[in-house]
Amino acid sequence: MLLSKQDEKALDGEFGSSISVAYKILLAIGEATEAEKLVRIKWAHISGVNYNTIGDAGLNFLTEFSKDARVTVHTTLNPMGYDRHKKPIISEEFQDKQSSILKSYMKMGVSPSFSCIPYEIFDIPRIGTPVSFAESSAAIMANSMYGLLTNRESALSALASAITGMAPYSELHNVDLRRATAQVKVDTSLSNELDYGLLGYFAGNAISKSCISLGCHGKNLSIMKAKSLSAAIGTAGSCGMFTKEETNSEKIGFGKKEKDSVRDELNTTDIGDLIALGSPQLGINELELISMSVVGKKFSKPCMIFCPRAIFNEAFKLGIAQQIENAGGNLICDACTCLTPLITSDEYDGIITNSIKGSYYFNKFNRIPVCLKDLKTILKDHLK
Amino acid sequence: MIESVKCRKIVGGTGWGRIVHTKNPLNFLSSVDTHTGVVSDPSHDLIGVSLNKSILIFPYAIGSSVGAYSIFALKANGVAPSGIICTIKVDITTASGCAIAGIPLAQTIKGDQLQGLMDNFEAILDANNGLLKINKV
Repeated sequence: MLLSKQDEKALDGEFGSSISVAYKILLAIGEATEAEKLVRIKWAHISGVNYNTIGDAGLNFLTEFSKDARVTVHTTLNPMGYDRHKKPIISEEFQDKQSSILKSYMKMGVSPSFSCIPYEIFDIPRIGTPVSFAESSAAIMANSMYGLLTNRESALSALASAITGMAPYSELHNVDLRRATAQVKVDTSLSNELDYGLLGYFAGNAISKSCISLGCHGKNLSIMKAKSLSAAIGTAGSCGMFTKEETNSEKIGFGKKEKDSVRDELNTTDIGDLIALGSPQLGINELELISMSVVGKKFSKPCMIFCPRAIFNEAFKLGIAQQIENAGGNLICDACTCLTPLITSDEYDGIITNSIKGSYYFNKFNRIPVCLKDLKTILKDHLK
Repeated sequence: MIESVKCRKIVGGTGWGRIVHTKNPLNFLSSVDTHTGVVSDPSHDLIGVSLNKSILIFPYAIGSSVGAYSIFALKANGVAPSGIICTIKVDITTASGCAIAGIPLAQTIKGDQLQGLMDNFEAILDANNGLLKINKV
């Protein structure tokens, strides 16, 4: 990868050790993706905030790194472990460590958005703008739904881009490479966001390419279906983009058998004692949908609903948040369903969710079985 | 020496260890215990296998972007692979995690040749010179 003289100096440590570390990361991912050069980005979105995910090693890295690292572009942040404005029922040790991580990010000048759906709370740059998004679901949404250009960055590579303002020009940054080289041929009905999640999990698992085609199933998607699809693709594989363009290349079928197979893998219980919604976090459309269903009813089970604080504030102004909370829905900001310490196997025996991403991590990381249902069915079955 | 396989350097350095080989991608965040270095995902063929001081040969990483921190945590906890080879593609999660952790990383397109190498084989990954040298123990 071609580096300018200034980049070489930065790599050699002339501008500080953290900038040198950032360039080392860019160099490695540049080599990995066979980048020709670096390209300027307008926006970085960083993951690696929740102490549950990065642990002491990540905490210590960020403490050291933030001593002389400052972001040079608009930089937003993924969810942390819990709601900052509610007293969490988790250990003080976790809270102290989470606070330390937040302090490091704030020191670097990152916007405290605590959201995995930055595209629903910030202005979207014009189509074709290079950005650097970690959080796989957000990267896939940025590429596929908003026409932004990002590789599927890691927590560390997006951080490096935030500091340097640069990303390797390769793969999905290159317009010529944003063409699907494999296609999923859908031969079954897809009626709701859960079905799109099942499709996404299958596609991500089956195809290792950076960009895949879903044919006509990749167009005119509601944001709810697109989020579910993107999060599932991101969870199951390494793909960073889906398109609607038909291709003449490799085709893989997704029929009822494949759909049932994914459901059987992730749907590991028929009952649950907690409803968990929000992986990715819910946007205002989804909160509106829930609010319309809760009128005059109460949730029959505890229900955690994760959304960004910016969305909560909007929902509060509209009276939606109050309607949901009056029905017993617990609206939680700053965190998301995945890997939050608020949901553990000590407290819950089964989780009811519509999220394929959530179900994957509940099953594999939290070790809690999952009952998968689409949102409308969850509301029908569990509002009385 | 049984075989010498050419590879492409991504992160420089040299590492030595027993070969841990899988045809299945890994999600470093959810499938590897970063305190022990042992693969913890019951659905993965490497379940129960330690990556500590190994030469890990696998297709590519999947899933969470935070997997890069998991690779770094393996190193910080002293249970990281000595070297990593990707056989299908080098994903950004693995590349950035190895860059920070100082784990030699390379790619080979000859992954098929390496199938079946496990337990009784060890290897030296010389990423700087793009070579994987394999020995039977």
